Amino acid sequence: MTGHPDIGIPADTAVPAPAPLLSVRGLGRRYGTRIGCTDVGFDLWPGEVMGIVGESGSGKSTLLNCLAGHLVPDAGEVIFDTRDRGPVDVLRLSEPERRMLGRTDWAFVHQNPRDGLRMGVSAGGNVGERLMAVGARHYGRIRETASDWLGRVEIAADRIDDRPRAFSGGMQQRLQIARNLVTGPRLVFMDEPTGGLDVSVQARLLDLLRGLVREMGLSALVVTHDLAVVRLLADRLMVMKDGRVVEAGLTDQVLDDPQHGYTQLLVSSVLQV
Amino acid sequence: MRDLQDDDARSGAGYNFAYLDEQTKRMIRRALLKAVAIPGYQVPFASREMPMPYGWGTGGVQVTAACLTPDDTLKVIDQGADDTTNAVSIRRFFARMAGVATTERTTEATVIQTRHRVPETPLRDGQILVYQVPIPEPLRFLEPRETETRRMHALEEYGLMHVKLYEDIARHGHIATSYAYPVKVEGRYVMDPSPIPKFDNPKLETAALQLFGAGREQRIYAIPPHTRVVSLDFEDHPFEATKADAACALCGATDSYLDEVVTDDTGGRMFVCSDTDYCATRREASETGDSA
Repeated sequence: MTGHPDIGIPADTAVPAPAPLLSVRGLGRRYGTRIGCTDVGFDLWPGEVMGIVGESGSGKSTLLNCLAGHLVPDAGEVIFDTRDRGPVDVLRLSEPERRMLGRTDWAFVHQNPRDGLRMGVSAGGNVGERLMAVGARHYGRIRETASDWLGRVEIAADRIDDRPRAFSGGMQQRLQIARNLVTGPRLVFMDEPTGGLDVSVQARLLDLLRGLVREMGLSALVVTHDLAVVRLLADRLMVMKDGRVVEAGLTDQVLDDPQHGYTQLLVSSVLQV
Repeated sequence: MRDLQDDDARSGAGYNFAYLDEQTKRMIRRALLKAVAIPGYQVPFASREMPMPYGWGTGGVQVTAACLTPDDTLKVIDQGADDTTNAVSIRRFFARMAGVATTERTTEATVIQTRHRVPETPLRDGQILVYQVPIPEPLRFLEPRETETRRMHALEEYGLMHVKLYEDIARHGHIATSYAYPVKVEGRYVMDPSPIPKFDNPKLETAALQLFGAGREQRIYAIPPHTRVVSLDFEDHPFEATKADAACALCGATDSYLDEVVTDDTGGRMFVCSDTDYCATRREASETGDSA
């Protein structure tokens, strides 16, 4: 970054480069002698959606759980650009701070909505939980926000007092998304958000997610084995195999011109209808 | 501990004072001291088998046994009444095992063991109120994992408690939880005040020492005298101490918690004070010409 003294371009441009929202270096996690994931590093920029694809057992979910704080990685660092304190290594945060981050700036959408929802609590209560967890104590306002969010994920307003048990799979997944996004997070982790849904419901969910991501300027990490999902949703793509990142790049570039042998196999394995 | 054993055959020969052995009492007292030092915090303790079934007040009995001294006067309340099975048998148990004086008068008692009520008569400095607690964990029905509820207490994550109240309002239009109403003690721990009616919640701020014992769940917790106890609520749905909208049919009291008694099978019913001592004292006072 020395610039070009002979043609007069200064070394530093006037506009400072924005910092990455999430910066991962050398992340690794082992299960005994076996590798969960190893030496994973990438940057995620504000407003960017990154897809992580790979076959079953390639370490996608291990990676996501390590990043989200559900698993403790053995090595590496995860730097998150917090609102108030700037970039911090979330693995070195104390547990209350990490859990606070987990219910304010972060969101986690599970593959199975049953893991992410409270099945015995009404839809409104599910959406309101995060609000109450960060100190909302006004029933009317909580309910208003909840019904607003149900509308945004296309759940009818008269279902607000129904339990998620009475919802279809697609509705449960949309409810889970509403519940996660209600506190206006900046980073969303999604573990196979469309898994187990039929294709027409998948398409609507993807439409919805795409709209919300654009509208709220979210950054997202989407783990999936469905290449169509990343094609629609992700700006960049990481391909994992045996716990390692084998290829990374812009989504269209990776999918249209795969370089690594495994990626070529993956892309050519998709059934053409 | 031979010197502490009571020789009198009438008061439980062969048993230590107040049934429990001194080492057990010592263990319970240590738990009690910790509980008083951290108001509202559930202290685990090695609950003993007692000669009564779980659910009948094994926790309360152990706490009472650890607190009793030979000079104490014991009162036992069961749902406000002094003359129901549970109250009578526990009172007799301690009369026999500790030889302490017993009473039905709130004002005369130094130790009061209670099931599901706080006496109407305000408690004074120096009195101990021992509660029998079935389920000490206020978050239990919202979060089944004990590891998780402990962590939530440790990190003061009590949003879930409000989810429960939210559900109440969403379903019933008001906070329908009417007993075991969750409270926050001294601005820190959320606590289950045992299944007392929420009418009694304001009485948790008192001059007396309040001890809570859960035998099956092996937990002890406490509210020291004059500790701040706030019932949880929403800004637009504030806490309300409710009772039946009637006066006592026996003593005419309008300020006490009332039991509804069905008197026949044609819909006849009457409301009477749940606190039998309070009711009886008022009736005596009006008979002797004092103001009712």
